[in-house]
Amino acid sequence: MTATGRHLSSAALALALVAGGLGTILFLTPASAQEAVQPAAQEPAEATWEAIRFDVVGDTAIGTGEGIVAIEAPYRAHDAAIVPIDVTAHLPEGRTVKRMTLVIDENPAPVAATFTFGEPQADMAVSTRVRINSYSWVRAIVEADDGSLYMSKRYVKASGGCSAPALKDADAALAQLGKMKVRFPEGADKAAATSTPITVPSASTTADAGGAKRLKAQIMIRHPNYSGLQMNQLTQLYIPAHFVNDIEISQGGRMLLKMEGGISLSEDPTIAFDFVSNGSPVLDVKAIDTDGKIFSGAFPVDTGRS
Amino acid sequence: MRRALAAALAAAVLAATAPGAVPAAIADSAPASAPASNVAPLDVAEVAPGVFVHEAPFALIAPANRGDIANLGFIVGDDAVAVIDTGGSVATGAALLAAVRAHTDKPVRYVVNTHVHPDHLAGNAAFAGEGAKIVGHHKLARALAARAPFYREQADRQLAPADAAQSDFLAPDIAVEGTMRLELGGRELLLEAHPTAHTDADLSVLDTATGTWFLGDLLFAGHLPSLDGSLTGWLAEMDRLAERPVARVVPGHGPRAMAWPDALVPQRRYLARIAADVRALIAEGRSISAAAESAGLSERDAWALFDEFNPHNATAAFQELEWE
Repeated sequence: MTATGRHLSSAALALALVAGGLGTILFLTPASAQEAVQPAAQEPAEATWEAIRFDVVGDTAIGTGEGIVAIEAPYRAHDAAIVPIDVTAHLPEGRTVKRMTLVIDENPAPVAATFTFGEPQADMAVSTRVRINSYSWVRAIVEADDGSLYMSKRYVKASGGCSAPALKDADAALAQLGKMKVRFPEGADKAAATSTPITVPSASTTADAGGAKRLKAQIMIRHPNYSGLQMNQLTQLYIPAHFVNDIEISQGGRMLLKMEGGISLSEDPTIAFDFVSNGSPVLDVKAIDTDGKIFSGAFPVDTGRS
Repeated sequence: MRRALAAALAAAVLAATAPGAVPAAIADSAPASAPASNVAPLDVAEVAPGVFVHEAPFALIAPANRGDIANLGFIVGDDAVAVIDTGGSVATGAALLAAVRAHTDKPVRYVVNTHVHPDHLAGNAAFAGEGAKIVGHHKLARALAARAPFYREQADRQLAPADAAQSDFLAPDIAVEGTMRLELGGRELLLEAHPTAHTDADLSVLDTATGTWFLGDLLFAGHLPSLDGSLTGWLAEMDRLAERPVARVVPGHGPRAMAWPDALVPQRRYLARIAADVRALIAEGRSISAAAESAGLSERDAWALFDEFNPHNATAAFQELEWE
């Protein structure tokens, strides 16, 4: 875009004053709307995926995720170091979600993270933010309790997300390393989550689970999450990979969600997920980074508006 | 096409040329002599005696503009010259040096970088032969160390291959913590290292002789501000900046000279709007994607490059403010 109104002649400026209203209309042309359309012609082949598929899932057949798994991501990333990804799933009758693996084909380490669910549930919603290094397919592969796999994918245009130094204020980031926060977002997202069908947990859960509420929690951890691809120019050495590679969230001693991997998660990694509350008032979060540092916290469960 | 914007800018320039604020003539000045090299000099205007500014167009870095998208300047003392920012490529830096040489033969003693972004400092290497010392915020070297490799990759995507190949992000020789005075011979510059605002290494330059204040990207006018530091920090710093009595300011992107603190009004309004919208979205439990799509949209008519920078700003604001 090279628009530069200031280089108009004074006559044009006078006209511009008159035509200000029209200019406003022109200005509102939604460029972003054009980018929301996924042009099939430009989408790359599956060559990278074919090359890494075995390492990710072995030779297990993968079923289509259509109508079962949905993945949302911006078609063009606003910030390649902070690309929001939302994955939801609703499994066929009788099956529950065991695991969800997030794969970014073109990243140096394609498996971004694996999420394992502790309680059997037919519905799943996980949101996180990732670094994306180049134009890439992003895949969500959901594994059901019977071992069957369902995959959906989304193409994202992004560049340099892994080498991009997202740190905006390096001093603040260091001072707050390991700080945790848990939010229980309500409003639009909550409403959407509660409107989906809920499967009553199996007999392994407590008796009051039938009347339990489905909640959304967002776990946030202050951490630079260095991917190992950022370079220090003074030393000409890559900053060693240093990221949160293990997060476990539990409620009342029962594991709800475990995240493993994490190399492509953005600085200040965050995971939002839906869960069926077992009634315990405390959410425990334990995270470990690649240096073996352990961060943990206990947070009151906010059951939200009743 | 950006007609409403053009009108707003015309008004801003008129305000800046009010009596007593800026010298009567700020028309582009003709070079005093032919440049020493065969590099075409950048257009510059003398906004105050001895203070020259190149007003860059509103654009993203592209092969055709060679990274000439940020306002650049130089200040001429009795003995030496200080250059303020050097443009988005070595070629643009060389064109700025040619503009300096079109006005004076005095040596360039200092190259001051207002912050870490490539459109402001990728031209530093053009001044290497002048023996100039590069001056920056005390956190600039660290920011550059972390970012230069990424900026090199980015240059490959944004500039023509010949220009990208020259990319060399020279680190500062002199670090400013708090304030520092630079002497040019009968003329003193006051440099100030600011707390995290637009970036974590913002440096402003005040020409004490004329009261001309180069704010770098602490101030955008017409061109949507871009957030790469701290939104709350920037809002707080603007309150302090606004109290400074100066004759005129030079924004990093915008008209070459503007009245102060009037020039700050639209940027304050925009950043306050982003903060309010994002805080409301967070309170409603909305996602960072929702913020990128909806925060700040009421400001869309008022700025150039809105769609290019607003989603990024909203994303950065969300990541910062969700920790409140």
